[in-house]
Amino acid sequence: MDKKNSLTLLILTVCLVVFPFIVTNTYYISTMVFVGINGIIAIGLSLLMGCAGQISIGHAAFFGLGAYTSAVLTAKLGFHPWCAFFLGILLSSCIALIIGIPSLKLKGHYLAMATLGFGEITYIVFNELTDITGGPSGIGGIPKIYLAGYAMNTDIKYYFFVWAFLLLILTLSLNLIHSRIGRALRSIHDSEVAANAMGVNTSKLKIQVFMISAVFGSVAGSLYTHYVTFVSPSSFGLFFSILLVMMVVIGGMHSVWGALIGAALLTILPEFLRALKDFEIFVYGAVLLLIMIFLPRGLIGGLEYLFNRLIKKV
Amino acid sequence: MPLYSQIIQYVLSGITIGSVYAIIALGFNIIYNSTSIINFAQGEFVMLGGLTMIFFTVMLKFPLVIGFPLTVLVLTLIGIIMERFTISPIKKPTVVTLIIVTIAVSILFKGVAMLVWGKDTHFLPPFSGEKGIAFMGASLNPQYIWVVGITVVVVVLLSIFFKYTIIGKAMTACAVNRTAASLMGINVKRMVLLSFALSAAIGGIAGIIIAPITLMAYDNGAMLGLKGFGAAVLGGLGNFYGAIFAGLLLGVMESLGAGLIHSGYKDAIALLVLLLVLFIKPSGIFGVTEVSGFKKF
Repeated sequence: MDKKNSLTLLILTVCLVVFPFIVTNTYYISTMVFVGINGIIAIGLSLLMGCAGQISIGHAAFFGLGAYTSAVLTAKLGFHPWCAFFLGILLSSCIALIIGIPSLKLKGHYLAMATLGFGEITYIVFNELTDITGGPSGIGGIPKIYLAGYAMNTDIKYYFFVWAFLLLILTLSLNLIHSRIGRALRSIHDSEVAANAMGVNTSKLKIQVFMISAVFGSVAGSLYTHYVTFVSPSSFGLFFSILLVMMVVIGGMHSVWGALIGAALLTILPEFLRALKDFEIFVYGAVLLLIMIFLPRGLIGGLEYLFNRLIKKV
Repeated sequence: MPLYSQIIQYVLSGITIGSVYAIIALGFNIIYNSTSIINFAQGEFVMLGGLTMIFFTVMLKFPLVIGFPLTVLVLTLIGIIMERFTISPIKKPTVVTLIIVTIAVSILFKGVAMLVWGKDTHFLPPFSGEKGIAFMGASLNPQYIWVVGITVVVVVLLSIFFKYTIIGKAMTACAVNRTAASLMGINVKRMVLLSFALSAAIGGIAGIIIAPITLMAYDNGAMLGLKGFGAAVLGGLGNFYGAIFAGLLLGVMESLGAGLIHSGYKDAIALLVLLLVLFIKPSGIFGVTEVSGFKKF
């Protein structure tokens, strides 16, 4: 990690620690928990999309797999939450491997369709496998998760719990991007043929980064499950997969920071727009459209542009 | 009902819904060919087509023969407006940016439709009554004949347009090689505009003919669009006849799967077949590998 990223990470950490002491409203804290959960998945997807240049419109499936593994194992079979948490990761990465090997040979829109199909099939299975998943009515009564003997049972505790995970994942991702592997991944983004010619094992790397992003999705899913203590298929459908892709692109695809900003915007914006009632969907679409037309490199691209101009003036 | 007439019944309804998927897939292809964009708002054109037709014929009580062309006209205008205000202003667009723009537009359309038509599901009466026609032991809904008939007319007209008219040939030229087409004096920007107008119009037609069968609400667009996209990919993106074949195939499989295996899994069965085909032949049934690798993200 370079100096700039370490500094930003430090500032972010300080802001996050200070935040709950300034804002005491539990509604805002709870929204921030969801920003953290969505942020974790968006960072994973950003590694896949921004870094390796492979799209996935089925990432809600991995979020769902993590969430359902935790829900089924803890609420129905009485497993320890952390045990279920790691089994969810294991399951998601295995499925990512099985799906990834044939899918990642596909390119562009064909890959988009394949991942979309995978996401939809998973969604349908969540709905139809009533004996295990409870079908459309979902699973309730999921126990809270414990960390070193402390129950994560309040919004504030969960806020620190989730964001600690996010910072860990963010640090890992930043390190990954600035490593040899990260450079190899970016070479795939620019030209797969050239990367291959330089001796980069592109197909293996693509599958590995797909698995990493699936693991992040699963982690977020388990965290989600133990926070809301209820899961139903509607949270893991096509709409959420598309929302995740939008978080990455609206935030700025070329940087994991962008994914975090995108996740924050797309999680917080609907909360503000709720007051508009029937105009909600309309305004939401309009905002996204305007951002994309005027900032095609995403919010982070716009910020960088402003920052650079400011520096030039000074 | 004996099994064989049940199967005929499922195949008939599969061909009907498949025709609609085929038209939607053609809409995807027309825009893809001229811009290499997947227009995620394509399904919303279908939804808007159905609801606009309901507005003209049910609310304003216009006869079908007037409501139909008026709806197509309105949708054409919507397509033109979409291209002028959202696609055209973007400088140096990348494929992913354009995809997100079309998704944003689809959300916008959905929001507008909800404001105009509300959250209710609307009904469009079938074009010629609801009395079934007996056909090989199965009952044939007369609307099915309308759907398949209009699909055939659309396909024939589009083939004539692309093969024999100068504008159609110019659009085909853009699809093959945009730079070469512009060197030959073809106004590529105008062709992009035209492709959106044409796509919106035939999306609208799909909405008009399917509305009496499935009914129409503001949020029906996404699923129809998804199936159409599936058909376009399965047939090989940009491939005209591939889209028609794949649309019909998806429709029939979905209908047979729902009837014979389990109705909850009908979409899963169709998608599973789609995935398997892609894994075996990564560029769709009729696609060429070179082309699929050419237009990438």
